[in-house]
Amino acid sequence: MTNSEVESVSGFVGNFNVTIRKKARYVDPDECTACAECANICPVAVPDEYQQGFSSRKAIYMPFPQAVPSAYILDMENCLGNNPIACGKCADVCEKKCINYDDQDELINIEAGVIIVATGMDVYDPTEYDEYGYTRFDNVITSMEFERLICAGGPTEGHFIRPSDRKIPKSIGFIQCVGSRSRNGRGNPYCSNICCMNTVKDTLLLCDHYPGVEARVFYMDMRAFGKGFEDLYMRSREEGVKYVRGIPGDVSENDENKNLVLTVENTTTGRREIHELEMLVLSQGVIPRQDGDQIKRLLTLSTTSDGFIMESHPKLKPVDAPTKGVYIAGCVESPKDVKDSVTQASAAAARASILLNAGKTRVEAITSHVETDKCNYCGICADVCPYNAILAPDRKAKRAPTIIQAACAGCGACAAECAQDAIIMRHFRDEQIMAQIEAILEVEPHKHLLTFACNWCSYAGGDNAGTARLQYPTTSRLIRTMCSGRVDEKFVLHAFRLGAPMVLVSGCHFADCHYINAVHWTQKRMDRLWNKLDKLKIRPDRLRLEWISAAEGQKFAKVMRELENSVRSVTMEEMEYTMKIMAEEENRILEKKLKAAAKKV
Amino acid sequence: MANVAKDSDGLRIGVFVCECGLNIAGTIDCNAVSEYARTLDDVAAVIQNKYTCADPGQNEIKKAITEHNLNRVVVASCTPKIHEPTFRECVADAGLNPYLFEMVNIREQCSWVHQSEKEKATEKAKDLVRSGVARARFLEPQTELEVPITKTALVIGGGVSGIQAALDLADGGHQVYLVEKEPTIGGIMAALDKTYPTMDCSI
Repeated sequence: MTNSEVESVSGFVGNFNVTIRKKARYVDPDECTACAECANICPVAVPDEYQQGFSSRKAIYMPFPQAVPSAYILDMENCLGNNPIACGKCADVCEKKCINYDDQDELINIEAGVIIVATGMDVYDPTEYDEYGYTRFDNVITSMEFERLICAGGPTEGHFIRPSDRKIPKSIGFIQCVGSRSRNGRGNPYCSNICCMNTVKDTLLLCDHYPGVEARVFYMDMRAFGKGFEDLYMRSREEGVKYVRGIPGDVSENDENKNLVLTVENTTTGRREIHELEMLVLSQGVIPRQDGDQIKRLLTLSTTSDGFIMESHPKLKPVDAPTKGVYIAGCVESPKDVKDSVTQASAAAARASILLNAGKTRVEAITSHVETDKCNYCGICADVCPYNAILAPDRKAKRAPTIIQAACAGCGACAAECAQDAIIMRHFRDEQIMAQIEAILEVEPHKHLLTFACNWCSYAGGDNAGTARLQYPTTSRLIRTMCSGRVDEKFVLHAFRLGAPMVLVSGCHFADCHYINAVHWTQKRMDRLWNKLDKLKIRPDRLRLEWISAAEGQKFAKVMRELENSVRSVTMEEMEYTMKIMAEEENRILEKKLKAAAKKV
Repeated sequence: MANVAKDSDGLRIGVFVCECGLNIAGTIDCNAVSEYARTLDDVAAVIQNKYTCADPGQNEIKKAITEHNLNRVVVASCTPKIHEPTFRECVADAGLNPYLFEMVNIREQCSWVHQSEKEKATEKAKDLVRSGVARARFLEPQTELEVPITKTALVIGGGVSGIQAALDLADGGHQVYLVEKEPTIGGIMAALDKTYPTMDCSI
């Protein structure tokens, strides 16, 4: 389905309900024979996006000759309209009568068991910062524009000419890392992965088309790390392409001949060099899809700090999205070349096939459920759920929230946020965790650090410290929850009531959260708790929050060593005062709950 | 060396202390931990093994479940990241719901990180076992829900990745919807001339 977009997604693994908007094409693709009569007669010419604006297309057009489907499409924004007085010429000449000005968008509902997200990437636009005079100088082009100029199917039929005088340039420069590896706020800090090899390819194409052409590449590091890449890079050097280690600080235009004059510090020789070149190609980087928010929202996908979609696990589940039954492939995940895109796509298809072939799947047993009689219909649970797995309650209809069991991943953030204790987190119920807290603090509570650690990161970080035999004091007594988002306020308050000198809550770094963004709720809850402790005149720093990843055994051990001193710094008087205050606070909360329950009855 | 202890509210908890060769026993006094476990309420059997995860150790668990009519199992050994699935399967083999099993980590987060503090590490191990047993009292059987899978795939995006994924799935005999925003499939690759490293045409 081309010219179509996903409009809504509901359901869960194996049972997604998807609505697709098939946008009006105004040409019946099944009937269209691509005879081109319509385009020949169309009086409207607009820049051709496919040819990077180097040539024009008509308002009724085919994106490129090999387009699939092989059918024309009417660009209604630029069409003169369906008023026959105004135009209507294309419909007149169409023998098959397949042009319909009244065509409408169509909504199509489908059911899907699995979803693969391959929404791709965008390229960095050097216009905003006028990189290297891109907007001012005719003969500075981007690498995407290069592709069209060198292509036999391009606007110049493969004659590589420079825009200012349509002559074939004898010297061409390439500037690398445009929009990539930039830490000055212009562009992105990450490496775009493909641009080095793309430029190597471009230089070889030039040498092939125009033997003797002078090509120079200005770079920071040439990264030719893939299979066959080094050979290609060496071939380019052997062809005479000059590689200059240094990124030009300044580019100006020679008024007379429109050549570009580059000033660059050659960091190999340490000398400042001036290069005059007839044409300049900016090797533009890869950026995340700028229109990707809708898909992210619909499928509850999150992104890493660079804006690309986050995978379920960077090493072990690189093509799984955190939402079960959803997979990711291609540049939506990170910048990559054709081979890597194809590899990842096949991997995603294989992963998806596992579910499709099995025909059924087991879903997480550790999920939450609602005790409807306790619910006060506040709806916080639906707000906190990272998976949209909770259908919000309806206060007027007195309908409690519903938890879609197959969509629940079991973080427990809803159970922790529910002030009414109306949500039960299976296998990590309040009673189970409270029993652990009480058992731990039964013997010499004043000596121990009560630690909560999330299963995926901090607990694994603790294991990592163990595997590396990093030694730390024996102070800590740890309780594992699936997510730090499960750590309820009452767990912390109860621990203080029982005499804990310090409580540590540890979880994944924000970008690593195994439950999309449940860890944000940990942070918010801790903020609330610190405020509460402060009000109750209890040192807020007796409650610590640490983000420790599975790889950070060193950090885990360091935190344990630090907190040993913190535990010792808490005086007996402080602990006794805290126990007294907390007993009062717990009674106050209990009374409030009982009152609320009585009111409800 | 099983030991029958108290039995209240029908709870019969079995505690299995693993020495892990010297990995645990080299630091922690496992005998003392076992003795301590026997004093805990509802603990019906305590068994100590050199390697609880090995077949003989697992067989002891299965045997004890039957012999002592255990309805909860606590294993104090390594991290659940390694052997929780092993022991869940083991207790399931003996007819117990796998979620009635609890693991206590006295290796990665105890013996290995407190190697020069043997007494304190032993005390910590006792505390952790007490906590594990306390949790085990409240464990409930859980069932993993089984859901059917609609045998249709949706691929969003018709660039090179989307096309490849859709083709692979279709070749596998599955119905596939490929949704592309633009009027044609092909994506960015269709706008390229040649592709590296083979230098062949992109379309």
